[in-house]
Amino acid sequence: MLEALLAVTFLAAFVVLLSPDEYAGKLAFVLSLIPLVGSLLLWQAFDAAGNALTDGTLAFETQAAWLEFAGYEIQWFVGLDGISLPLVVLTTFLTTLSIVSAWTPIDERQSQFYGLMLFMEANLLGVFVALDFFLWFVFWEAVLLPMYFLIGVWGGPRRKYAAIKFFVYTNVASLVMFIGYMALVFSLPVETFGLPETTAAIAAGQIDPILGLAPSTLLTAAFVAMFFGFAVKVPVVPLHTWLPDAHVEAPTPVSVMLAGVLLKMGTYALLRFNFTMLPEQASALAVPIAIIAVLSVIYGAMLALAQQDLKRIVAYSSVSSMGYVILGLVAFTEYGLGGATFQMIAHGLISGLMFMAVGVVYNATHTRMVTDMSGMADRMPIAVWILVAGAFAYMGLPLMAGFAGEFFIFVGSFGSPAAAGLMPVFTAVAMFGIVIVAGYLLFAMQKTLFGPYRLEADYDVGRAPVHDVLPLAALLAAIIVLGVVPDLFFEMIRDAVMPLVENGGGL
Amino acid sequence: MVAPESVMAASEWFALAPPIVLILTALLLLTVDAIRPDEPSNGLFAGISAAGALVALAFSVWYLVAGEAVNGGAVTFFRDAIVVDGMALFFTAIFASVAAMVVVASFNYLEDVDNTAEFYSLVLFATSGMALMAVSNSLATVFVSLELASLPSYALVAFLKSDKGSIEAGTKYFLIGAVSSAIFAFGISLVYAATGSLLLTEVAAGLADVDGLAGVAGIGIVMVLAGFAFKTASVPFHFWAPEAYEGAPAPVSAFLSSASKAAGFVVAFRVFVEAFPLATAVAINVDWALAFAILAVLTMTVGNFAAAVQENVKRMLAYSSVGHAGYALIGLAALSAGGPHNADVMGAAMAHLLVYGFMNTGAFLFVAMVEYWGVGRTYDDYAGLARKAPMASVAMTVFMFSLAGLPPFGGFFSKYFLFAGAIQNGFVYLAAVGAVNSALSLYFYSRVVKALWIDDPTGSSLDAVSSRPTGIYAALMFAAVATVLLLPGIGPVIETAQAVAAVLFA
Repeated sequence: MLEALLAVTFLAAFVVLLSPDEYAGKLAFVLSLIPLVGSLLLWQAFDAAGNALTDGTLAFETQAAWLEFAGYEIQWFVGLDGISLPLVVLTTFLTTLSIVSAWTPIDERQSQFYGLMLFMEANLLGVFVALDFFLWFVFWEAVLLPMYFLIGVWGGPRRKYAAIKFFVYTNVASLVMFIGYMALVFSLPVETFGLPETTAAIAAGQIDPILGLAPSTLLTAAFVAMFFGFAVKVPVVPLHTWLPDAHVEAPTPVSVMLAGVLLKMGTYALLRFNFTMLPEQASALAVPIAIIAVLSVIYGAMLALAQQDLKRIVAYSSVSSMGYVILGLVAFTEYGLGGATFQMIAHGLISGLMFMAVGVVYNATHTRMVTDMSGMADRMPIAVWILVAGAFAYMGLPLMAGFAGEFFIFVGSFGSPAAAGLMPVFTAVAMFGIVIVAGYLLFAMQKTLFGPYRLEADYDVGRAPVHDVLPLAALLAAIIVLGVVPDLFFEMIRDAVMPLVENGGGL
Repeated sequence: MVAPESVMAASEWFALAPPIVLILTALLLLTVDAIRPDEPSNGLFAGISAAGALVALAFSVWYLVAGEAVNGGAVTFFRDAIVVDGMALFFTAIFASVAAMVVVASFNYLEDVDNTAEFYSLVLFATSGMALMAVSNSLATVFVSLELASLPSYALVAFLKSDKGSIEAGTKYFLIGAVSSAIFAFGISLVYAATGSLLLTEVAAGLADVDGLAGVAGIGIVMVLAGFAFKTASVPFHFWAPEAYEGAPAPVSAFLSSASKAAGFVVAFRVFVEAFPLATAVAINVDWALAFAILAVLTMTVGNFAAAVQENVKRMLAYSSVGHAGYALIGLAALSAGGPHNADVMGAAMAHLLVYGFMNTGAFLFVAMVEYWGVGRTYDDYAGLARKAPMASVAMTVFMFSLAGLPPFGGFFSKYFLFAGAIQNGFVYLAAVGAVNSALSLYFYSRVVKALWIDDPTGSSLDAVSSRPTGIYAALMFAAVATVLLLPGIGPVIETAQAVAAVLFA
């Protein structure tokens, strides 16, 4: 099943790459419906219990020998559990919508653009379904390449700088993470790169010292190396500086994918690797991690407050939102881990909506500066009202997905015994971030959308085309549905994170 | 001639089919040219050569898959002077694949050149020389086949008679090659003097009780090593390579930097492991693994740093191919007497050479195509090329990222296995130097990608990019597909490579 999903998406990418530019956008949309429908069918037929890495039952599992080197086995090993399935659905959903949202702004080399989008989708799906480290790493790194081109070719004026900065930052991070994981695996007796086997071996304490490092030192070093690698991708303060550059230069649909799915690769991997495999180290390092999380929340929000560029505001607020996810992870409780996973989905939808809506406004006005705009609400009412709804979702208005995610996280982290009982303090400080979010979003909305229209443009600023608004509406609908019925995903997420909580993480 | 005591079954001669097919094809080309000297037959010649190379490839792969050679069932000829085993077939497959791609691509490159039959037959003679290098089991056959591979190569480098760069490169290559052959031959004679034999296994036996002639043998081994270092363009014997690769016609550069280099390695693997076993060599104070380790570190570092400062893409590729020789040298450098993972390391080096055969050949063929269009050779000249030739640029992107060792492509696994093997055999520093160099190499490889896709065209030179040279395109796409498929398909390759390497250490 999952093989078919991946194969179809790769094939679609190839077909679109070879298609003529005039049809590329429409063709990509139609073809992207296949993985979307496929992932919805997977969701509908989903039946898994427990966590993929800790002896749970997997859905749609395939495990086959791929190759062997020096006794180490590398496998084609894919499967889904309650953590990965929501991310798979998020990926296919956002890809289809961002392809539609690309119809207006992308006007050159279309077949290459849409081909790369689908190629990226295929690799993102691979990241979320792979359960063998090598397979996973191949997909993980393969996501970088299309992103590099998508920013570098179709981006804004400083696209070359942003693309290279993105590539260098995330590639160096991957290398550090790779070395950390390799050190871990080579010190274990299991001769495989399967993530469940590795997790089990670590849990059983079967680690041998290598290079003269004591097991505990080695585990901590591996944890830190992997944390660094994933934290760059998330990104957390102070490793976030590539993100605003990449976001501002990237075209709208690419920003949507970047914020909506790519950042989740980082938190997903943190959950899978750092917090599932090395819970004791996570708990031992809980205080510094929680400080990083709170710092990301507050500092990201303050940076957003200082921006005049709408897109930059949304970009920095991503840093802030992802900080909440880290806070939920480090809490290591049912609601903390579950809320963090749920928030990945919620933030994927909401930030996708915000970037897309800002893009629609930008298509019409050719500016993103808060100071240039005023009274947009009269000119493009539907798009603007959806933008406002998205902003409310970002602020955590009840009955929207963002509220559910943040609420779960706060419940989970406030009552968490992690970090030597300091979690309530950290949570309280982080919650203050919501106030800042509400502040800058309301401020930005007020200035740009309402008041008298005063944009001096020698072109017509009018309503957005239907195909620009429809994806926004679809996203908003999804946000509200998930906000009203969080159990659509939360139940399976809880099934998947409960084993982790029971393993305790030394709590 | 056939040794009287071994009346061989006809079926055993099939083992020698690849080199025989290559030689016969080369002769056929000359015959056809002699029969109809005035007819323009470029396409016919290219077709014959490609068919010959592919048949040789098919024979070697078939015999390898049939499996007997892999499991130690080597076939020997001429009193053991020639041995067809798994490693020989593995490398013959590399040479034949590269030769096939090169002759197909040369079809377009040679459209306006005379004497094309000679060109193709020189390529095939050189390939058959390499195939014979792979099966050589005696220092005498090593030397003869080395010369058979080298002499056509000198002519090929200088093939563009009206191009001063080509002539100069050919002359340099010839002079250096002659000197290295002399050093190599002198080394062989010293080894013969000390051990009384040229057969690799008997040399090993003689080396074990070499008594008073240990010094002579030692100097001989070092000179043989220097000869290989020249052939594989290892630092500090590499200085001819960038000149030769840059001056030569681009398909020839592809051929030399991929196939010829691999040929140097197959001989080095066999000679050093079989004739100078590490334990014996260390006993007479010739720790050649250490020497190769020094060469590997120097070669990787110098090659990559020199590549990083080039402005000319062809020259960058030339230096980076020096750097890749350094990676492959790990296959010899990370050996230790009785080391548990010797076969793994050497097998990984072989697998890397196979992947390299596709990705490096492809990269040079892309340069050949750009030369065919007359666009230029610098990064600036490449700017914006993807708009005119998107599929070819996709292929080049695949080659560049694969050479850098990024995951979605074949080069990732082959490099990973090489470094992991070195670590497992206890040579962490070699893997570390290799990994740092790989990270550095991403800089200059991605510059090509950036020029192709992201930079805006600088001049009007791209106007020339209108025609589609089918031969080069076909070869390019073949290499790109192979490079991509070698990631999922690396399993059989690495397992075969390790199995055939294990035979050497048995």
